[in-house]
Amino acid sequence: MIALSDYLLLAGLMFAIAVAGIFINRKNVIILLMCIELMLLAVNINFVAFSHFLGDTAGQVFVFFILTVAAAEAAIGLAILVILFRGRQTINVDELDLLKG
Amino acid sequence: MGFEKFLFFLFAIITLFSAGMVVTRRNPVHAALYLVLTFVATAALWLLIEAEFLGIVLVLVYVGAVMVLFLFVVMMLDIDVAAMRAQFIRYLPLGLLIVGLMMFNMILVLGPGHFGLEHFAKPAAAALDYSNTEVLGRELYTTYLYQFEIAAVILLVAIVAAIRLTLRRRPETKYLDPSAQVRVRKGPDRLRIVKMPTEPVPAPVSQAAAGGKNGDDQ
Repeated sequence: MIALSDYLLLAGLMFAIAVAGIFINRKNVIILLMCIELMLLAVNINFVAFSHFLGDTAGQVFVFFILTVAAAEAAIGLAILVILFRGRQTINVDELDLLKG
Repeated sequence: MGFEKFLFFLFAIITLFSAGMVVTRRNPVHAALYLVLTFVATAALWLLIEAEFLGIVLVLVYVGAVMVLFLFVVMMLDIDVAAMRAQFIRYLPLGLLIVGLMMFNMILVLGPGHFGLEHFAKPAAAALDYSNTEVLGRELYTTYLYQFEIAAVILLVAIVAAIRLTLRRRPETKYLDPSAQVRVRKGPDRLRIVKMPTEPVPAPVSQAAAGGKNGDDQ
């Protein structure tokens, strides 16, 4: 039998991998966006697991909305990335210092 | 260990392996493809706990749309991957330390001691005629109708923002102005009548001379 703790631990591991990815790929914006997607997926796994084990569909509805927002975020993030690359010819985070402060 | 548990561990291992590959691959295209594998394995995991609609939506929306968008952008940009990875090793210990701490905390809280089967029993399997999609649809269109509309507006705003951000006018591009096209009038815009004196009819040229001239041209 699959226990709730299995799913929670899996989601926790996945979130931790995504955090590690943000640390070790801190120069490449594309990989950073992918790590954010991984984090959202880990959160969604938690929602779905709790929804199943507590017998409440509200968790699945919430996952639906998170998917919507994540898709919008990915589209706008990639659009910003494209215009960034068009203007600077790089997406290296260290060289993106237009906003000096 | 039942077959269900075996499937869970199989897909969980695939998910974690591909998630690890996403964050460690040198090539962003490989990372995006491993992310696709992560999403597919996670969709299978969701099917195991009877979230069929979301599992299919994850494959359709994420693998079918969002990841294709990622791949497009990765291939469109000419990225110097080697320079990007220059400090990979430098931040690796810090990342591993953070991950170790996070995992230690989460295993303490989320382990079987608090969320095991004796605390949250596995619910009985749904009836054969139970439709996850129908239940979710009823919830979405009744209880969560307002939030559903807001989600639609968010998507619309995202479309407008993404198009506006990436739209650019190139000065060298020639394009038509449809409003000027439909506004054009026959009189002054399209047709101009010019008064000119009649020309005298030219003398007819003989066939032989015309043929010879054509031959010379070639």
